[in-house]
Amino acid sequence: MSFFSFGQSAEIDIVLNDAETRKKVEHKTEDGKKDKYFLFYDGETVSGKVNVTLKNPGKRLEHQGIKIEFIGQIELYYDRGNHHEFVSLVKDLARPGELTQSQTFDFEFTHVEKPYESYTGQNVKLRYFLRATISRRLNDISKEMDIVVHTLSTYPELNSSIKMEVGIEDCLHIEFEYNKSKYHLKDVIVGKIYFLLVRIKIKHMEIDIIKRETTGTGPNVYHENDTIAKYEIMDGAPVRGESIPIRLFLAGYEMTPTMRDINKKFSVRYYLNLVLIDEEERRYFKQQEITLWRKGDIVRKSMSHQAVIASQRFEGSSSAEKALAQAKEDSN
Amino acid sequence: MSETTVADTRRLNSKPQDLTDAYGPPSNFLEIDVYDPQTIGVGRNRFTTYEVRMRTNLPIFKLKESCVRRRYSDFEWLKNELERDSKIVVPPLPGKALKRQLPFRGDEGIFEESFIEERRVGLEQFINRIAGHPLAQNERCLHMFLQEESIDRNYIPGKVRQ
Repeated sequence: MSFFSFGQSAEIDIVLNDAETRKKVEHKTEDGKKDKYFLFYDGETVSGKVNVTLKNPGKRLEHQGIKIEFIGQIELYYDRGNHHEFVSLVKDLARPGELTQSQTFDFEFTHVEKPYESYTGQNVKLRYFLRATISRRLNDISKEMDIVVHTLSTYPELNSSIKMEVGIEDCLHIEFEYNKSKYHLKDVIVGKIYFLLVRIKIKHMEIDIIKRETTGTGPNVYHENDTIAKYEIMDGAPVRGESIPIRLFLAGYEMTPTMRDINKKFSVRYYLNLVLIDEEERRYFKQQEITLWRKGDIVRKSMSHQAVIASQRFEGSSSAEKALAQAKEDSN
Repeated sequence: MSETTVADTRRLNSKPQDLTDAYGPPSNFLEIDVYDPQTIGVGRNRFTTYEVRMRTNLPIFKLKESCVRRRYSDFEWLKNELERDSKIVVPPLPGKALKRQLPFRGDEGIFEESFIEERRVGLEQFINRIAGHPLAQNERCLHMFLQEESIDRNYIPGKVRQ
């Protein structure tokens, strides 16, 4: 944007058609702040209007074309120059020419594929956005509007419990059990720790949730571990035969669904870390991966048909078919 | 897809605890005291020994009760053996106090009462931290230190199995 703008300039504004009804969600930005963005699901149509407002009324705006793009891209923070676009759609709004007055252009990206969930992490960001551009000879005028995409799943068919006996020979044997291996983001981890042999002096025991963000490939793999939660489940020394219950509500923690090898660029995985601490502050731990998934909200009348189709693409279960029938009924 | 069910948070089934386990003595009893410092010898050949008394019910230790006399250099020997053979990070010993061993001091140097007490406390913390470590409990040097009358510095290092 030049300070000395002789000639015409314009402001671009992108407005969605369903801005009144579409849900907004909070999403963390790179610098840690939280902002609200429109929420979309895979398969939903993105439609709206691009308002071009001329700054100096009366003067013409010459341009080499006006277009709007829908982009889904992965940005690795250590490699900012290279954006990896996995979705790139473009609609031309105006051929090269000139605008004599402010104008509004309609656009529609129908049933857009949004295969991955929006993610802002420590070393990588996956984002979706609309970008309207007025191309000009010297400098383009553009405006971006970020949206947030959530990927939904339904209850997995196979969800076995995690049950294992671990320990240090002749010192400590425990059997731990977690009721499931796949949890949705508002689920509860129900489990227990059973002490078979205790020959060390335990002071307390806790469960940590660790998020591991992996970026890079081959020899340049980088893991960033972050302890999302620490939850003490036992205070004091247990003896043989003692059973300690675990009940950990996940809704209170900021987590994303498990993301495995997204576009071969990054992964976000979650682990439960069971930690026992003895009186000399020695730590004994056992880490176990869990899969986190995002459950769709209760179908409301405003939830679009497309979102139901989208959720059907995952773990297609009979409940999704029922939801489709319900949505059809609701819209009638 | 209207899932209004509340999550099932009932406890998982577990075996009831045997009352003898619940109210019996814990199987992790291990107490080591370092006390009764005695300075023996005369003049420049003096040194201080401490009584190291151990009481335990851990099966890895042959004797459930033992009492031996050890001096600072014995603790140093144990530290070196463990640093070489075991995988543990060995905690620090109380200081060697070389400055106190220089001549022309106004006080008793390393035979000063307050210094001996300070050292005694440090040695007690040291030996308790080590003896409670599962990886150190396998080392023959630790067993010899705690439970044999004297330390044979020509011993064959190795692991103890139950």
